[in-house]
Amino acid sequence: MSTTMSYQVTTSTLMDPCCARCTHTAETPCAQYVACRLDGPRCHDDAECTARLTAARQAALHIQQTPILYLGAGTCGLASGMDQLIPVIRDLLAQHGMDVTIKEVGCFGLCHREPMLDVKKPGRPRVCFDNVDMKKAITIVERYLINDDVPTELVMGTIPAPDADPACAEMALPNLYDLPVLAKQRRIVLQNCGIIDPDSLSEYIARGGYSALAKALGAGDNGQLVLDEVLKSGLRGRGGGGFPTGRKWQLTRQQTNTPKYLVCNADEGDPGAFMDRSVLEGDPHRVIEGMLLGALAIGADHGYIYCRAEYPLAIKRLLHSIEELEKVGLLGDNILGSGFNFHLKLKQGAGAFVCGEETALLASIEGKRGMPRVRPPYPAQSGLWGQPTCINNVETFANVAAIVDKGGDWFASVGTQRSKGTKVFALTGKIKNGGLVEVPMGMTLREVVFDIGDGIINDRPFKAVQIGGPSGGCLHTPLLETPVDYDSLIAVGAMMGSGGLVVMDDETCMVDLARFFMEFIRNESCGKCIPCREGTTRMLEILERIVRPYKDEDADGTIQRFKSVIMLEELAQVIRDTSLCGLGQTAPNPVLSTLRYFRDEYEAHVFERRCPAGACRSLLTFSIDGEKCKGCTLCARNCPANCITGSVKQPHVINVEQCLRCGVCKDTCRFNAVIAQ
Amino acid sequence: MADTITLTINDKQVTAQAGQTLLQVCRDNGIDIPTLCYLENLFPSGACRMCVVEVEGARGLVPSCAFPAAEGQVVHTHSPRARRARKTIVELLLANHPQECLTCVRSGKCELQTLAQDLGVREERYEGLRREYPVDASSVSLIRDPEKCILCGRCVRVCEEVQGVSAIDFTKRGFQTVIMPAFDTSLGNTACVNCGQCILVCPTGALREQSNLKEVWDAINDPEKIVVAQVAPAIRATIGEEFGMPAGTRVTGKLTAALRRAGFDLVFDTDVAADLTIMEEGSELVSRLTKNHGQIPMITSCSPGWVKYLEHFYPELVDHLSTAKSPHMMMGTLLKTYYAEKHNIDPSRIVVVSIMPCTAKKFEAERPEMSDSGYQDVDYVLTTRETARLIKLAGLKFEQLPDEAFDPAFGIASGAAVIFGATGGVMEAALRTAYFLLTAPAGEQSDDVVSAKMLSHVDFSAVRGLDGVKEAEVDLHGIKLKVAVAHGLMNARVLLEQIKNGTSPYHFIEVMGCPGGCIGGGGSPMPTNTEIRKQRMKAIYSEDEALAIRTSHDNPIIKQLYQEFLGEPLGEKSHELLHTTYTKRGL
Repeated sequence: MSTTMSYQVTTSTLMDPCCARCTHTAETPCAQYVACRLDGPRCHDDAECTARLTAARQAALHIQQTPILYLGAGTCGLASGMDQLIPVIRDLLAQHGMDVTIKEVGCFGLCHREPMLDVKKPGRPRVCFDNVDMKKAITIVERYLINDDVPTELVMGTIPAPDADPACAEMALPNLYDLPVLAKQRRIVLQNCGIIDPDSLSEYIARGGYSALAKALGAGDNGQLVLDEVLKSGLRGRGGGGFPTGRKWQLTRQQTNTPKYLVCNADEGDPGAFMDRSVLEGDPHRVIEGMLLGALAIGADHGYIYCRAEYPLAIKRLLHSIEELEKVGLLGDNILGSGFNFHLKLKQGAGAFVCGEETALLASIEGKRGMPRVRPPYPAQSGLWGQPTCINNVETFANVAAIVDKGGDWFASVGTQRSKGTKVFALTGKIKNGGLVEVPMGMTLREVVFDIGDGIINDRPFKAVQIGGPSGGCLHTPLLETPVDYDSLIAVGAMMGSGGLVVMDDETCMVDLARFFMEFIRNESCGKCIPCREGTTRMLEILERIVRPYKDEDADGTIQRFKSVIMLEELAQVIRDTSLCGLGQTAPNPVLSTLRYFRDEYEAHVFERRCPAGACRSLLTFSIDGEKCKGCTLCARNCPANCITGSVKQPHVINVEQCLRCGVCKDTCRFNAVIAQ
Repeated sequence: MADTITLTINDKQVTAQAGQTLLQVCRDNGIDIPTLCYLENLFPSGACRMCVVEVEGARGLVPSCAFPAAEGQVVHTHSPRARRARKTIVELLLANHPQECLTCVRSGKCELQTLAQDLGVREERYEGLRREYPVDASSVSLIRDPEKCILCGRCVRVCEEVQGVSAIDFTKRGFQTVIMPAFDTSLGNTACVNCGQCILVCPTGALREQSNLKEVWDAINDPEKIVVAQVAPAIRATIGEEFGMPAGTRVTGKLTAALRRAGFDLVFDTDVAADLTIMEEGSELVSRLTKNHGQIPMITSCSPGWVKYLEHFYPELVDHLSTAKSPHMMMGTLLKTYYAEKHNIDPSRIVVVSIMPCTAKKFEAERPEMSDSGYQDVDYVLTTRETARLIKLAGLKFEQLPDEAFDPAFGIASGAAVIFGATGGVMEAALRTAYFLLTAPAGEQSDDVVSAKMLSHVDFSAVRGLDGVKEAEVDLHGIKLKVAVAHGLMNARVLLEQIKNGTSPYHFIEVMGCPGGCIGGGGSPMPTNTEIRKQRMKAIYSEDEALAIRTSHDNPIIKQLYQEFLGEPLGEKSHELLHTTYTKRGL
């Protein structure tokens, strides 16, 4: 190797030119720029340049001579304690004078195992550790990094690496992707999440990123290729509605009015949903590449990402990515010399749920109050500032690069007849493996909940799964065989939604759950249309009356309770029939679906004034089983209302009149003597 | 014709024009679909959902106000499902509405009340929480009562889309949503121009004028006070509607009789002051044109909503406003100076009550600079609606009253003054006099204006009508005068932007704050819509034609006034009493 090297291999990134012969800049773009990063140099033959680019590529693929430490630094990891671990680990490495590359990566999807920490040593696979605390972190650094002794008992699994020596000790450890939680998943959208440094364009490109864009621009057909492949793929909107993406793009492409706008809806607001956030935090370029392809297909030269301000990390990552792309000319004018211009801006939403509705979102971008407007005209005809506008969800865009890269037919081979590809779900609630999962369409709910999610926490009985957020529905055990696809879910009274999947056990009260969602909608209604604004309030009040305790209810109240229950379904029907936007039209769904599958629970609340799940405390009566009570006095001493009486070693009694139904007695009793029913 | 489509509504085939909404088609075919948020001429908001109908094949019910009619559609407008939805919506509104109908100012004219009746709502089916917000009485002109508001948004849209003011908007979220000024301020502290168009479109009693009825009654009942009513031009063409007469009925004589019987000591015609305004404003225009005294284009200043708008939104252009006071302010000043002197009355005993179609006049009357007489020039302003209430309270059968003349001191007016009530009227009146002022050689007697040549220049009809912005070029004896007329503040904005850019080709501009001019003022009877505005305008122009004197400078009272008291137009006395200054308010 020459000693008069003008470019330091160790300091350059994959995005830098190999030598002065490379003329690519944002102002003087080269069509071969992306391809050149993967197998370059292309415009000249020079062993030095080849070596230089290869080394940069290797580094971007995490093949290097020093160890790499991966820290799970998505919002889930940080919230689980990684934020406090990061400085400690850095200090520790500094103390030991270790030359270690630290990469803060996004969410891998195994949120229940965060904080996660991986170590990749040269020539070894990447070894993953979960539930890392201070002690474990020290062990990992000292035993594995310094002394090369794998703490096998702490290892969750390994991620294969191209440079891994098949003979090394780590290869005997289980492959992470073989774990039950991952084995049945199919990762297209999440492919890079948790794997790459989301702030590194090089790492995305080294894994084939922006090749789809280069291919589409290279075709020189103004995005026809993109449109054809997306149409062929059968991709449907991942934001909930399931409208065929290709058709939406075609409609916008057909509009002759310019300029056109492309908007990415990143206003994820469903309770328990964090798919979009994780993708934006973990692999922002995948979304941006999808947008570039979409813009090409519809003929837009300006785009917006509408991201809620509550996602600071996602916003930081996006802004960084946009800046980096502008610098290398993958965003801006004349991208890769093709004549295609695309300018991307980020607009922060102030957190109104309704801004996820496309017309409200557009109003918000325009600086107006986020309120939906009537359609038609549809945004494809008259959207942002009255111009043709196409709006897609984060996950929708995240699928596009793979579709263009591998072909629509490839994508269509995954999934069911009418729902193609995969869907990312946020598994939450009473489930063991909470986190992000990506499964092929058509997988049954049972597989998702029990095979991937590993069933219910503490192995309690499964009761229901809430799918589709506040617009979705609650499905009970007999429906666990329902395949997860757009049409099957609609048929059973739920909907795909954006991907929130809340699992409930037998201690969850379905009336209370419906009440929770109703309260959410009541608060988040924009207030524009009457049925949604006023109707959801009345529905909420009816549900609140159902769970209100006896003693707070007078005779009138009782009549009102019965009367209003009769009106619940009727009101739900009117709200569904007449609301202006999707938020209102689907607002009654949690009530309607729980009424459909858990009617007996409603009846128990209304007629028998009891909560079968024991969750509605206000309806519970606490008593002590004299047989079981040992007279330990613990409950009496802890009762905040001082309403438990009894002598030592004698059965105790609860004064029901004074009881606050707080449940402290039940929680403290060591003999299971307190009965709540 | 390719543009004609056929669809089935309620099992009947109907034809319609492509591009029509279902609501339009239904109304054309005698089917009444109730609406709450719908406003003619504006983009449908689709908020109230009252107009929902069933369209076969559509998911849910569709809002007919926004839904395009299409070939082959099968529509059911009053199916059980649609009726149930509408009734439920009204029930939901009532559940969150104060049950104060008996005492509400809108009772009997409330759209919500009417809907509840029409849809057969007979019980309060939904009970529960009500939104609680305080009444905002900070404005001199308007009262906002958010608890009576059903959030249809009509006021917001009129304020933003028709008037370009945006003083109020939706704030807060969900059930707590409320329409109010931004940043929790009160209406009196905003750029609200007090035009009252929001009141006209409000379906309930949530927006109403600040009533001065009590103060006026107190003055009438006080034997020490000489209570003078002065009546604006638009009132005579509108107040009949409050007593069940058809729009466009002229009731000048009955109104005078009613006010006199209600207890006013004197009933004068503001039109006389309108003639005076023309003399002053016309002279001012001529002075600006010929002597370079002041900014061109000159803009009229008799619409107080318009004046406040300019002060807020284009403070840099206030010098374009004519300094002439609006007619009723001139009248107020003269009553407490000229009239008081002449009749030897202590001005402090005089209470001037202006009967106006306008809510902004209430604000105008309280402007601190409006006290050139040494007293507040105009004490109270009553809107047309308040005046009707006063007449009813006085127990008068309006339609049976005889026709009476105004009190003579300020009782004769020209047709030019009458047309002040309609958009384009001030312009036309000013042109009639400017023509005289510019063409008549010095010293020439005004008798000459009765020449045939003159009369042909009395009707400047190019500036009449309901187009948003009208323009004309008038040849005033060699001087080519380019004029423009705008009504509704969004229309005025077009002309102001031209001035701002330096591209305005005009010499003289008339602006009326309210669509249609004063006959569409915020104090007018309800409903006020395009059709009714047209009828009222017709009445105004027919009164003009019926009058013997058509030009302001020919009004004998005006001549006498200048002779006895004022001297000459733009003279020292005029300047002191009849002209005013403006405030650069900004936003």
